Amino acid sequence: MEFTDDQLQRYSRHIILPEVGGKGQKKILNAKVFIVGAGGLGCPVGYYLAAAGVGTIGMIDNDTVELSNLQRQIAHNTKRLGVHKVDSAKETFESLNPDVKVVGIKDRISKDNILDLIKDYDIVVDGSDNFPTRYLVNDACVMLKKPLVSGAILRFEGQVTTILPGEGHCYRCLFEEMPPAGLVPSCQEAGVLGAITGVVGALQATEVLKIILGKGDVLKNTLLIYDALKVNFRRVKVPKNNDCAVCGSNPSITELQDYDAGYCRI
Amino acid sequence: MEEIKIDKKINIKGLICPYTFVKSKLAVEDMEVGETLEILLDYEEASRSIPKSMEDHGHKVLKVEKINDTDWILLIRKEKE
Ligand SMILES: [Zn+2]
Repeated sequence: MEFTDDQLQRYSRHIILPEVGGKGQKKILNAKVFIVGAGGLGCPVGYYLAAAGVGTIGMIDNDTVELSNLQRQIAHNTKRLGVHKVDSAKETFESLNPDVKVVGIKDRISKDNILDLIKDYDIVVDGSDNFPTRYLVNDACVMLKKPLVSGAILRFEGQVTTILPGEGHCYRCLFEEMPPAGLVPSCQEAGVLGAITGVVGALQATEVLKIILGKGDVLKNTLLIYDALKVNFRRVKVPKNNDCAVCGSNPSITELQDYDAGYCRI
Repeated sequence: MEEIKIDKKINIKGLICPYTFVKSKLAVEDMEVGETLEILLDYEEASRSIPKSMEDHGHKVLKVEKINDTDWILLIRKEKE
């Protein structure tokens, strides 16, 4: 594939980086990334991946755009209230960059559809807003050996970790079991400063691009915690757990299951 | 003087930064290590910046020559992938 003149201009700041170059930009254009959720994290992740030229972006979300989303979900806008989030995101990302194809799925992710949905993608990004989905996505990615970039936000805090099945830890090595519903913040407690979704989403997009390029280090065996109030980034080592229920040497979870959805969605 | 064998030539007259370097870099990427690229250009700033950037990227600048009032010729040898 040869770059068009438009592409030379669009990606010039990538191409002149020694770590990217024309070869790296072509890898990005050929990459397929699946994003779970078109909300607070899915919006900035998809936005930057679209700008970078990721050729295929899959997105699943069953919700429509509401006014309360717009304080942080920057791919949507006031004119799109009531529109499906994946349709809104598709319009935003494809008009930012015509090299990008967005495949939007208006559905809830579940044990019955997830393996089929992600199997043709190179990398999965979790931008979901609840624990049951986070564990489901983790287990599916471990089973299919798909790299997973997981992110979470709450109030003034964000977390990012990168799971490379077979090489490093997984989400269950980090948090073995889902917290009981009572320990998870209730809806009234679950505020979030909108701008931190941008910090965490941009970190996730950067992890994805480094995996595509094969350059630099990623957050393998590491949880990165961002505290916006203290302006502090902290790296916590997360060893792979050999007794992990899903990625350990003798896993007890060999089939996907849907977890109780009795959690507040942040 | 020993004659340098040129494996590939590009003409980037009319281009300005950063496209002068974008085109030069893409040309180098498509070559084999040890091959030499000749670049013909007429953007003065690039006659200085391209050699510097090529060296930063690990390649060897064999020649920088002003050949007339407007044009320069650069010879770059690819040193690594
Ligand atoms: Zn594990």
